[in-house]
Amino acid sequence: MRDKCEGEKTSGDGGTSHDHATGRQTIPVERALLEKNDTLAERNRDLFRARGLLVLNVLSAPGSGKTTLIQKTAEALAGRCRLGVVVGDLATDNDAARLRAAGVPVVQITTGTVCHLEADMVARAAAQLDLTALDVLVIENVGNLVCPADFDLGEELRVVLLSVTEGEDKPVKYPPLFHSANIVVITKTDLAAAAGFEREKAWLHLRRVSHHAEIFEVSARTGQGMREWADYLAQLRARRKR
Amino acid sequence: MHEVGLIQNAVAMALETVRSRGAGRVHAIRLRIGAMSGVVPEALQFAFDLACRGTPAEGAALEIEAVPAVCWCAACAAEFACDDFLGECPRCHAVSAELRRGTEMELAAVEVS
Repeated sequence: MRDKCEGEKTSGDGGTSHDHATGRQTIPVERALLEKNDTLAERNRDLFRARGLLVLNVLSAPGSGKTTLIQKTAEALAGRCRLGVVVGDLATDNDAARLRAAGVPVVQITTGTVCHLEADMVARAAAQLDLTALDVLVIENVGNLVCPADFDLGEELRVVLLSVTEGEDKPVKYPPLFHSANIVVITKTDLAAAAGFEREKAWLHLRRVSHHAEIFEVSARTGQGMREWADYLAQLRARRKR
Repeated sequence: MHEVGLIQNAVAMALETVRSRGAGRVHAIRLRIGAMSGVVPEALQFAFDLACRGTPAEGAALEIEAVPAVCWCAACAAEFACDDFLGECPRCHAVSAELRRGTEMELAAVEVS
């Protein structure tokens, strides 16, 4: 910070300080760097709420099982909730193709070099879905445990996945994202024994970081824990509808 | 990380401020960055010069005010610094769910003439 002579400074104009010697003014701005994203996210949230949609922002490292969980969740909710998906990847529409093949309405966002989704991308993608025909909108974020943490998309809940093959200490290695989670889903529990996954240790780490989160344990592949998870979402959605 | 995008936003806001004040040049841009924001200050600095090039902010200084993470312990009714990001109260060892400061990513002020 520049040194200024007190005698030369005048202040008034909303905290603006003026240095007469140099003719320089310091103007307080106090704006969030992600203000534009935050505004667009609020707009998304208003739109989603007006439609009675339950919106989930699903985040994890690459390969934690986001797409499989979403696909199996859609199946588990069949007949109760209609689920649509917006999926983000740097490239390819492989994930969207998988979900589409399973009969789930899906829009792919390819972000190019961008390592996270932003609210305006979600707004454009959601506009391509018939939201009136949906109950739950799932946003599958780019596989990344760092960057997406800062970007509000207008979701109701943040769902962070931790697969048993990643190690129990992932939450304490990436605290900001796990801290922001409303829900943590431990995935691939069918592989827990093979991966040497220590459940108690994982819960301990999660409890230290993910203070606000409900924790679920599922194997999307075998169906273990999927009913409890799907029932929970259906209840949340029902509450939204009232 | 998305430091390039953040710094582009900061420079764009600074240039807006310059225009709205009828000023000509930006001499310094002051950011407030929280320890829990996930932002790497060095990466901001790296992107800054490039973002300013060819604008009225070219040659400006980037000043970063680092905001340490501070949690609130309800049991002790006191704030405490959480350097390890885990929010354990040093007095009672309870885990705090309330992060009061440390997620800031803000343009605090600009110095113009």
